[in-house]
Amino acid sequence: MDFIKKKKEVKVTIDKITGFVPEGSTILDAAKLLGVRIPTLCYDERLSISGACRLCSVEIKGNPNLVPACAYPVSDNMEVSTHSPKVMRSRKTIIELLLANHPQDCLICVRNGNCQLQDLAAEYGIREWRWLGEKRENPIDDSSVAIQRNPDKCILCGKCVKVCKEIQGVHALDFTKRGFNTVVLPAFNHPLSETVCILCGQCLLACPTAAITDKSYTKKVRTALEDPDIICTVQTAPAIRASIGEEFGMPAGSLLTGKLTTALKRVGFDLVFDTVFGADVAVMEEGHELIERIKNNGPFPMFTSCCPGWIKFMEHFYPEFIPNMSSCKSPQQITGALTKTYIAEKMNIDPEKIFNVSIMPCSAKKFEINRPEMMIDGKIKEIDAVLTTRELARLLRTYGINLPSLPKSDYDDPLGKTSGAGVIFGVTGGMMEAALRTVADVLSGKELKNIEYQPLRGYKGIKEGSVFIGDMELKFAVIHGLSNVRKILDKIKSGDLFYHFIEVMACPGGCVGGGGQPLTTDEEILKKRIAAIYQEDRAKPIRKAHDNPAIVQLYEEFLGEPMSPKSHIYLHTKYTPKTPKGI
Amino acid sequence: MTTKRIDLTPIKNFFAEHPGLKRNNLIMILQKVQELYGYLPEEVIDFISEEIKVPKAKIYGVATFYSQFRLEPQGKYVINICNGTACHVKGAPSLVDEVEGILGIKSGQTTPDGLFTLETVNCIGACGLAPAVVINDKIYGKVTPEKIAELVNQLKAGEK
Amino acid sequence: MSKMVTKCDDKVIKNPKTPCLNFVHYALGLKELQGKEKENADYLLEVYRKRPKEGCTLVYLCKGTSCLSSGEATLKDKFDEILEKENLTGKVQIMETGCRGFCEMGPLVEIFPAKIFYCQVKPEDVERIVKETILEGKIIDDLLFEGLADPDEIPFYKKQVRRVLENSGLIDAENINEAVANNAYKGLQKALELRPEDVINEVKKSGLRGRGGGGFPTGRKWEITRANKSDVKYLICNADEGDPGAFMDRSILESDPHKLIEGMIIAAYAIGANYGYVYVRAEYPLAVQRLTLAIQQAKQAGLLGKNILNSGFDFDLEIVQGAGAFVCGEETALIASIEGKRGMPSVKPPYPAQKGLFGKPTNVNNVETFANVPLILRNGADWFKEVGTENSTGTKIFALTGKVKHTGLVEVPMGITIREIVFDIGGGMPEGKEFKAVQTGGPSGGCIPAEYLDLPIDYESLKGIGAMMGSGGLVVLDNETCMVNFAKFFLTFTQEESCGKCIPCREGTKRMLEILERITKGQGELEDINRLETLATVIKSTSACGLGMSAPNPVLSTLKYFKEEYLAHIEDKKCPAGSCKYFISYHILPTCRGCTLCARVCPVNAISGERKQVHVIDQDKCIKCGQCYEKCPWNCIAKG
Repeated sequence: MDFIKKKKEVKVTIDKITGFVPEGSTILDAAKLLGVRIPTLCYDERLSISGACRLCSVEIKGNPNLVPACAYPVSDNMEVSTHSPKVMRSRKTIIELLLANHPQDCLICVRNGNCQLQDLAAEYGIREWRWLGEKRENPIDDSSVAIQRNPDKCILCGKCVKVCKEIQGVHALDFTKRGFNTVVLPAFNHPLSETVCILCGQCLLACPTAAITDKSYTKKVRTALEDPDIICTVQTAPAIRASIGEEFGMPAGSLLTGKLTTALKRVGFDLVFDTVFGADVAVMEEGHELIERIKNNGPFPMFTSCCPGWIKFMEHFYPEFIPNMSSCKSPQQITGALTKTYIAEKMNIDPEKIFNVSIMPCSAKKFEINRPEMMIDGKIKEIDAVLTTRELARLLRTYGINLPSLPKSDYDDPLGKTSGAGVIFGVTGGMMEAALRTVADVLSGKELKNIEYQPLRGYKGIKEGSVFIGDMELKFAVIHGLSNVRKILDKIKSGDLFYHFIEVMACPGGCVGGGGQPLTTDEEILKKRIAAIYQEDRAKPIRKAHDNPAIVQLYEEFLGEPMSPKSHIYLHTKYTPKTPKGI
Repeated sequence: MTTKRIDLTPIKNFFAEHPGLKRNNLIMILQKVQELYGYLPEEVIDFISEEIKVPKAKIYGVATFYSQFRLEPQGKYVINICNGTACHVKGAPSLVDEVEGILGIKSGQTTPDGLFTLETVNCIGACGLAPAVVINDKIYGKVTPEKIAELVNQLKAGEK
Repeated sequence: MSKMVTKCDDKVIKNPKTPCLNFVHYALGLKELQGKEKENADYLLEVYRKRPKEGCTLVYLCKGTSCLSSGEATLKDKFDEILEKENLTGKVQIMETGCRGFCEMGPLVEIFPAKIFYCQVKPEDVERIVKETILEGKIIDDLLFEGLADPDEIPFYKKQVRRVLENSGLIDAENINEAVANNAYKGLQKALELRPEDVINEVKKSGLRGRGGGGFPTGRKWEITRANKSDVKYLICNADEGDPGAFMDRSILESDPHKLIEGMIIAAYAIGANYGYVYVRAEYPLAVQRLTLAIQQAKQAGLLGKNILNSGFDFDLEIVQGAGAFVCGEETALIASIEGKRGMPSVKPPYPAQKGLFGKPTNVNNVETFANVPLILRNGADWFKEVGTENSTGTKIFALTGKVKHTGLVEVPMGITIREIVFDIGGGMPEGKEFKAVQTGGPSGGCIPAEYLDLPIDYESLKGIGAMMGSGGLVVLDNETCMVNFAKFFLTFTQEESCGKCIPCREGTKRMLEILERITKGQGELEDINRLETLATVIKSTSACGLGMSAPNPVLSTLKYFKEEYLAHIEDKKCPAGSCKYFISYHILPTCRGCTLCARVCPVNAISGERKQVHVIDQDKCIKCGQCYEKCPWNCIAKG
């Protein structure tokens, strides 16, 4: 029987399995198609290929040397062996060499049980420490409030450098020195807190080991919880409900909304609120800010301001766009501010006795809460501590709370009544869609039925186009991954592009792909989380922020109207150029 | 460590004389900076970063890769005190203390006026002359604390 | 020169920076001259070809780095002084050249047309040379090398076939006139008359292989780059020459830079590149200086730039300096360096021929490879193949160094034996030393022991015994060289120069080095041999670039041929060569007279004894510096 080759395909045999793969595929691509797994460390399908770790080395018939599967292209009739004795010996030695230059403190390491180096050592049956000798000694960089670097645990795979450069367009880190002394550092080895790093945590997600971790505030939270005099309140970002299940072995995209609330109550929080409420408020404030700009014919574009990574990025790299940023605070800060003012008033609690915690998918949020603008009357911090999704999961496990098996319960009123618009803030395109649901009704004077804006949805890095709001053609752009935003900003500056409204989320996928999320960079998993969020939105009876009765009540009782002086005091903020200047 | 503010005029002139420098000229530019300033001052790197639009972290990565580049200024006089076994036993540490006292810097540092850098090295192979000190490629043998004080003070006086 | 010819035109002032284009184009056969100008030009041509007219003498002083440091400048001043005193300034011309290659015997003075070769000339000899040789035609025996006046008879030169080095040491590298008088750019003229494909075929036919160490057929490499379609292509010359002990490329650049330029123009024409780079390491300032000058002169003469020699072909050349990284000798790391990045190799494929500098098809070749090209085009592929072996045609330049009588730069036909190089050309071992091995290929290469002295050198034969041609470094080792320490030396170098990208090289070579260090310090274990071999195998087969892949070679090669030395270090705790400091111990013999000199010189007070009594060394305190051994006037201290 003749094999009928499709156009531009080659025949390849991997581990005796034969198949046809597109010409130009790498051996790794081909292996995936044929169902063969080859281990990798420095390879990431989103990033440029370096062929640095050599772990994916495979044997090709006719070649005396091994070749890296991630980089080597297939050719017709190639025969590959991924587990020959030569390959296995080499892989084992490579792993042993990595272990020899690695601290031996797995038991007390935060990545214990979730570390690619541990996985490899187990898979290759490493049972002794070999090649021990000199080890690197670099200091830990603990300067930042959000991210900690531990260069001695770094295996120099380069993914953090590449992510920061290629996907985020920040380039805060790079390889320095060479050879055995190579170490990944920020420019001039300044503490991370003094660099252009925007704390988005994408490097953390990419890191196979504990070389980059987030600073933990669990202890601080537990101390507050254990203090009978403190009222502990908590809010949960939209993304958490669609992601935390993964930390408990559930499939990606499992929605755990009601169970999450129960878990937090069992942990001991006095009030469990939802950041989604703050998102609904943000829709009101930002939506009306946009309407004002449309009336005044500018300044355009208006940028969304919910993402602290994006804000820090703009302050370092494009401070000239500060006047364009929406002045509205992020949902996290809005919910926090309202807790210590509106709720404190309503429930007659002394705001100084409130310890406000937010559960976030984001590492930059730990930086946001410490911004001097995020205080009430300049005295009280709106939010006292941020726990990432991962930190919460660890806390639940410490307390013996098995999330998946819990009964459901509701968020506490009134900051727990939410609309579907607020929920979709967690995904790329969601902020803008939520805002447009309100802005469209206001400008058209109607209650529009079509509230799902498909052009804003999807995984493309830059989504752009226009939508008709009322009788106005609103030019929009939705961007995730900051290297994409650079392309747009440069063209806006030169006048080649024009938009009215631009949503920017630093993390690929939006907040569901944030630096505080269960560790993965797999696009398929991010898409499942995104799908879950849109599912939650569809299931909600109220899907527009302005239809949310709790929102209506808030404005009646407390704020007056969107963009009111009171709103401006508590819910709006200013930005300032930051040093070092970003290039 | 010098605490003088760096004068950017030389590097600004260089860029003015060579319009159109791009990111692939980085190594050549760094070589010029080292020629002009004796090392690569951070302020000059900041300037270059903006001129050729290359992130500072990348420039630092390139500068630290190649042996030619120095990121710290070296003094006019580099004092290398040998700390090999023989010299160590014969009193090299007291020589280090003496120099540290006179110049007010620690081993590995450079005086603020840019005149002296103090370093220790592991065995220059002149054990018969222990303790040995090398100042700018000239070897001095059987050096005592008094002798090294004399040498350093002589050099200092010569600079006035 | 103005002293020997009358100026063609009083208004014209010519110096090497602005060459006389009339002369250059006349020498290339592109221009006719008349009258006085033609006379002068013909006269100069003969001078530069070392055939000056009746009554004129040329004195060539080698101004290579070695001779410079042994006092060439003083010689020149002395010559100028004496010649003026004797009123000979019109009749005798001093020519300064670059690197004649016989470095051990410098400063060198060569006299034409008589063709007399004097070595180790001192300033006080100059007067004699002028009075006796130049004025009276007498040969001064004590300045000759073993009584031989004709350099071609001197064993050092006799077995050499100086093709690439035909002009080295015999022309002024800073004067394009001398180059064109001696056939520079004739190869280019021939090449431009052919189609690029035919140029490639000629180079293929010649069998020229990459001289940087890889040995890849050059013509084939050009063919591949030519075949990749692109609007822009680049040509790069790898002059990074990082191997410690190698100075072939430096010599070519310092002594005959136009050969390189010509070779590059021909190559660029063949592959379709219009821009080229010469990547020279920063540690070669003289080479950079001379090449810069040569490029300038070539540009002015219309040999570089637009419409070269009216052929319609454009090619321009730029020098880029390295900044101190051996790994940049690897072609993709070199390309990264030209792009302003860290010199880290990139994955291959794609090879530079497909996607190289700035993403365009690029051809990278070594200096010596390019320098062979003009000869092939000028004299033909058949001529080129007359010398060498079937699969390794032509010659190879070696930097002969180490424990041999006459070190220097030599060019030999492929197929010559190691014995001929070391014993005939190099003059053999110095007094009392025994030959042990030669090392080729520097830190990437292997050692060749005495049993292979009669092995003809070519790419395949060396690979066959676990060694390699390398770029040309050839170090001679004697019985006092410890092979373990020698391997450790190279591995230390490679470890320091590793770029750090891949785990096998970065971590693996470090661990190999640590094992070697233990062995040389008496802490070796028998298992270490297996450990070294395990690591070597993995590093060789999985490293990301040639540096890593070849780093274990010195270790593997010394293990193969000198395993007994490793075992001696490990099991007997001895260094047979007497070199590893750790194993040396000093003992005072019973013949000691108690003069106390050793005790006084000991830096750690390890020697005790009364005057006139036998002294004793406390082995625990002894740091093996050897001062006592050096100091004892009665040979009463044993080293072993």
